[in-house]
Amino acid sequence: MVEFNVNGTKHSFDGDPETPLLWYLRDLAGMPGTKFGCGLGLCGACTVHLDGVAARSCQTWVSDLDGVEVTTIEGLSEDGNHPVQVAWRELNVAQCGYCQPGQIMQAASLLSETPDPSDDDINASMSGNICRCGTYPRIRAAIKLAAERAGQ
Amino acid sequence: MNTYVTQSKPVRGAVTNVSRRGVLLGLAAGTFALSVQLPLPASAEEKLYGGAGMPGGIKDDPRIFLTIEEDGTVRLLCNRAEMGQGVRTGWATVIADELEADLARIRVEQAPGNEALYGNQNTDGSRSMRHHFQPLRRIGAAARAMLEQEAAARWDVPVEEVRASGHKVTHANSDRSFGFGELALAAAERDVPATAELVFKAPEDFQHIGKENINNVDNLDITTGKPIYGIDKQLDGLVYAVIARPPVYGGKVKSFDDAEARKVPGVIEILEIDTPDIPSAFLPLGGIAVVAENTFAANKARLLLEIEWDAGGNQGYDSTEYRKTLEAAAEQPGEVMRNDGDVDAALAEAANRISASYYLPHLAHASMEPPSATARFADGKCEVWTSVQAPEALREDLIKRFELAPENAVIHSMLLGGGFGRKSKPDYASEAAIISKALDGRPVKLTFTREDDIQHDFFHAVSVERLEGGLDENGKTVAWLHRTVAPSIGSTFAPDVVHQSPFELGMGAVDNPFDIPNLRVENPEAAAHTRIGWFRSVYNIPHAFAVQSFAAELAAAAGRDHREYLLELLGPDRKISRAAMNDTAVYGEDPELYPYDTARLRKVIEAATEAAGWGRDLPEGKGLGLAAHHSFVSYTAVVVEVDVKDGALTFPRVDIAFDCGAVISPDRVRAQLEGAVVQGVSLATLGEISFKDGVPEQSNFDGFELTRIDASPVEIHTHLVPSLDYDSPLGGVGEPGLPPVAPAITNAIFAATGKRIRALPIRDQFV
Repeated sequence: MVEFNVNGTKHSFDGDPETPLLWYLRDLAGMPGTKFGCGLGLCGACTVHLDGVAARSCQTWVSDLDGVEVTTIEGLSEDGNHPVQVAWRELNVAQCGYCQPGQIMQAASLLSETPDPSDDDINASMSGNICRCGTYPRIRAAIKLAAERAGQ
Repeated sequence: MNTYVTQSKPVRGAVTNVSRRGVLLGLAAGTFALSVQLPLPASAEEKLYGGAGMPGGIKDDPRIFLTIEEDGTVRLLCNRAEMGQGVRTGWATVIADELEADLARIRVEQAPGNEALYGNQNTDGSRSMRHHFQPLRRIGAAARAMLEQEAAARWDVPVEEVRASGHKVTHANSDRSFGFGELALAAAERDVPATAELVFKAPEDFQHIGKENINNVDNLDITTGKPIYGIDKQLDGLVYAVIARPPVYGGKVKSFDDAEARKVPGVIEILEIDTPDIPSAFLPLGGIAVVAENTFAANKARLLLEIEWDAGGNQGYDSTEYRKTLEAAAEQPGEVMRNDGDVDAALAEAANRISASYYLPHLAHASMEPPSATARFADGKCEVWTSVQAPEALREDLIKRFELAPENAVIHSMLLGGGFGRKSKPDYASEAAIISKALDGRPVKLTFTREDDIQHDFFHAVSVERLEGGLDENGKTVAWLHRTVAPSIGSTFAPDVVHQSPFELGMGAVDNPFDIPNLRVENPEAAAHTRIGWFRSVYNIPHAFAVQSFAAELAAAAGRDHREYLLELLGPDRKISRAAMNDTAVYGEDPELYPYDTARLRKVIEAATEAAGWGRDLPEGKGLGLAAHHSFVSYTAVVVEVDVKDGALTFPRVDIAFDCGAVISPDRVRAQLEGAVVQGVSLATLGEISFKDGVPEQSNFDGFELTRIDASPVEIHTHLVPSLDYDSPLGGVGEPGLPPVAPAITNAIFAATGKRIRALPIRDQFV
């Protein structure tokens, strides 16, 4: 039995220890905001925060989460107004939007570690997240906008 | 005001009331009276075009699409799939203007699949706004008139004295007003005004249509992770399924052993699903389904299945060999699809002849949301929640497959996490329904893993395009021979299809605008060995790549500047009739309304090259490349700046100029163009599905690579040709940005390095 928090709420799990956090969240916990994209850690759609740091939930076993604070897109902010979410809306980043929860979680993690990221920082942090619609120029701009606001 | 009116398809007999819910307060609550807006039935001989020519036609009764709640909330049903192209935002934008509603109080909902009720719902071909802009204006204007009439009646004043604005109707003379919510219920009982009586807003008065500052209506849901996509559906008692499908197209299950798979904790059921004969159209491929308490357990058990397959006739499909077959076919004459002048004589007399063969591989769609559907087949009723581009195709399949009464096949359309053509085919949703039925009605969510998605896609067709040109002593092109060789999507529906259909040839092959007196287009045979199903932009991708590469090769052969030469090839401004090009498809549009207007292509070429600083001095290793293309009755030109150094290819800047006629949602149009550029970079530099022994060699994003942010163009500048002419027929938006991107890239690499790349993907060919 492992116990961990998801967005501040206590969860416990004693199922198949190899169950990835992604499928726990989506199928067992009823929290489908975290997206399935590839299952191999290649696309970033399933990105969540583990103790505040971005991680691929499809590559994370629930059995390894004892005592860990998991944050998903549903819990990134109480009111949906994390600076990254606000910047995303302001620049109309999303097209289909499916990869954007993962992009936003990755960007939020980047900004918490690197408040004023360079283009190279953005490339290094964000290149694990695929967007098939091709919203990359706006993702870059939105990260810079969020960083600029935070720096003011 | 002279409006361009898309004729509605004739409606015969009664139309059922639209009470989707128990209680509706508003326009949709009214009794559906067949009193208005139904055009006379067209004679059987009359060919219908545009939306009217599609199954279900166009519907424009406001009571079908609009509900106004007591609190004034406007609920707008969108009858087209949203897959990122921004159709929901476009719908709300048009309604806000013509209804005089507050955009923020419009809630867009997806119409269930039902073309008899909602009109055509097939979301592909870049048609949604181009077919629905005028109907949406009629819907908004008619509802506004009904609200105004109701207010005028209550005040007992002439309707001319009242005016709707800002979500209310006001009588200025007496300083009185009613909110929309106060009027809606009674207004819905009024007759819907006839189209001829409607007063439309003048384009110069638009507050939303054509304005840059309109936000995507789904921004909040997307950025907060709301369960809006087909794959997100939750239901009580839901179980989860994956399917082991035949690895080779046309294969069948010979035998299987599921003993080990059944031992996996959480496995509920394992069952065989019938495999169809091929060509199998949009039917499921069959195989062995595993149902479990969660998707992970189902997938884990699937890995333990021991299945013996009968591979069938396509097990020898090999991309390397097939390329040779296509190239050999391209060396021989094919069916003549357009023939101007005498190409053979002109080539024989030419001062200079050049030829080139271009190769483009299969592509997978790989939308980030893989195909997925949730179905519940209980009590004789089949309900499906999914993300499909063509809900009616799914509905028809369910009705036929399970012999259902139409009202017992219910399609709840959810948002698509990308579609790009893959989700025009509803096979995955049929699979979910089949499994739910087999489980006596337990609700089932069927998910394609990424491996399933890439290995069992409907693949964008591989293609060889051979071009030959003759130049006279002045370097002018006097002869053009284009042989296009590729399996047709028709092969997915019927056996022995070896030629492209008119609609495929009308995507940049026969509709060639060049002012060349001797021009022939041929289509040699190509047989399909997998399921063909086009990617976004369809056959324009190979045709534009070949035509726009070869135009640059001709310019180089003539020793001329590419831009100048391309404009000369285009010739004097003129409107070319579709008949003159033997283009019988015209994207389903009326050829009289949509001639090929070469001035529009010229203007986007000029706009893109001017913005990009065409002709400017560039340091070594940098180059500018140009390509222009008409598709989906819109015109696009792209200039790409490449930087080739130290074994790396980067894209410092891209300029894309676009003319789709008048624009509804400029920001969403720009987003489509930006996305088209990135997707064009992706397919040009990396995109390839190759087959070995009948099976795709790629299965996930490690093999089927997509461009990531670090390789995306640094700057993308979009240039929209301004137009206030909202009465003229519109062009498409979702697809036309993509086709010229790849040839602009390879033309830029040629400019930078002198190296001509004729086969995609580019990978490291630029080195």
